[in-house]
Amino acid sequence: MTAAPDDCLARNEWICGDYLSTRRQILLDAVGQHLELTALSVLIGLVIAVPLAVLARRWGWAAGPVLAVTTVLYTIPSLAMFSLLLPVYGLSATLVVAGLVLYSLTLLVRNILAGLRAVPEETRQAARGLGFGPVRLLLTVELPLALPAAMAGLRIATVSAVSLVTIGAIVGFGGLGNLIYAGMNTYFKAQVLTASVLCVLIAVAADLLLLGVQWLLTPWARKGRT
Amino acid sequence: MKVLGSTWDWLADPAHWSGDDGVWHRLLQHLLLTVVCLIVSCLIALPVALVLGHLGKGGALAVNISNVGRAVPTFAVLVLLLLTPVGKWGEGPTVVALVLFAVPPLLTNAYVGMREVDRGVVQAARGMGMTGRQTLTRVEVPLALPMILNGVRIAAVQLVATATIAALAGGGGLGRIITAGFNLASTPQVVAGAILVAVFALLVEGVFEVVERLGPAWARAGR
Repeated sequence: MTAAPDDCLARNEWICGDYLSTRRQILLDAVGQHLELTALSVLIGLVIAVPLAVLARRWGWAAGPVLAVTTVLYTIPSLAMFSLLLPVYGLSATLVVAGLVLYSLTLLVRNILAGLRAVPEETRQAARGLGFGPVRLLLTVELPLALPAAMAGLRIATVSAVSLVTIGAIVGFGGLGNLIYAGMNTYFKAQVLTASVLCVLIAVAADLLLLGVQWLLTPWARKGRT
Repeated sequence: MKVLGSTWDWLADPAHWSGDDGVWHRLLQHLLLTVVCLIVSCLIALPVALVLGHLGKGGALAVNISNVGRAVPTFAVLVLLLLTPVGKWGEGPTVVALVLFAVPPLLTNAYVGMREVDRGVVQAARGMGMTGRQTLTRVEVPLALPMILNGVRIAAVQLVATATIAALAGGGGLGRIITAGFNLASTPQVVAGAILVAVFALLVEGVFEVVERLGPAWARAGR
């Protein structure tokens, strides 16, 4: 009989280099799924939120109901949200994405609308005076000026999505959450800690990335500052 | 539609409402956890925020902690706590995680509310001979109350949501009905649990809406 290997995996330590090297592929797959679920839900959320915010801006009466519905959706706890969508999507990645889209909508619509409302009336009149039609006004003046507020919402939505993906573990599509869930049931400390730290790193990296995108997209905000 | 019918049947069955796994017991657990953690979080966050706001120091720190908190997955923290010695005290991980996540919004909102109080008003109070403590309790806190209440509301809703997730890590509360439903592969139970949780969260939000409406007149004036 051979003696049990005396390494950090066998001792079940929190921090374990062997874990990283032996489970490399599992970790990479989980990170991949995590990124995919996050990116997909934030992008779909954005595609739905922009028209909603523009419509709410154009027709003032629409703003109340749109904000009310998205806020109510945000109040529903994530575990409940995933469960409520279960009969519609079954145990699938779509279920997790759909739930996360609903969450990102609140933050995105609210922020884009606030950005659009903050465009000064004089600026819009000046653009109209220059002969801009409503579409050109929206695309070249209003939306760019609403960018900083919209990006603030996008950053919060993305960071929240990264952390909410983990709950998707309940249906088996939780990215790093799957590893945390499995690690909890087997009391595997290194796996739980590594996956948790990776979640936070992804959130921070995504936030910095979006900050960089905002810097690139808003050159006017950089000029004039000393 | 079939799911709706079977969900209704699940909810209508009195056997699902009684006992330790029943709705009433889980609801009570959820409410108790939320209330206790809200009180503890307020006791930790509000004095700190009020003093910092009064002195005008440490605001950036409070806001930064709040932002970092958003990046940390609640579920990860719950499981991490479960695997530490805290996991041995029953609802320990849930309570610690809940308080950890409720303190930042309370702190930030109360601090920002305190700083938004008109400096002229504060100076007038000092000019009338009020001491620092009197300015704090009679001028700054009442004027900052709408923002402070808003923070309490955000924290409360977040506590309800986090208490639900705690069920994934073995904690009690309404989330348990959902996780048990998943284990039994019973869609009606999962959906029934989700509806119960959603209704409970919306009720809490509604209660705060009413409290804010009934609040002092100056609290309403700003909106």
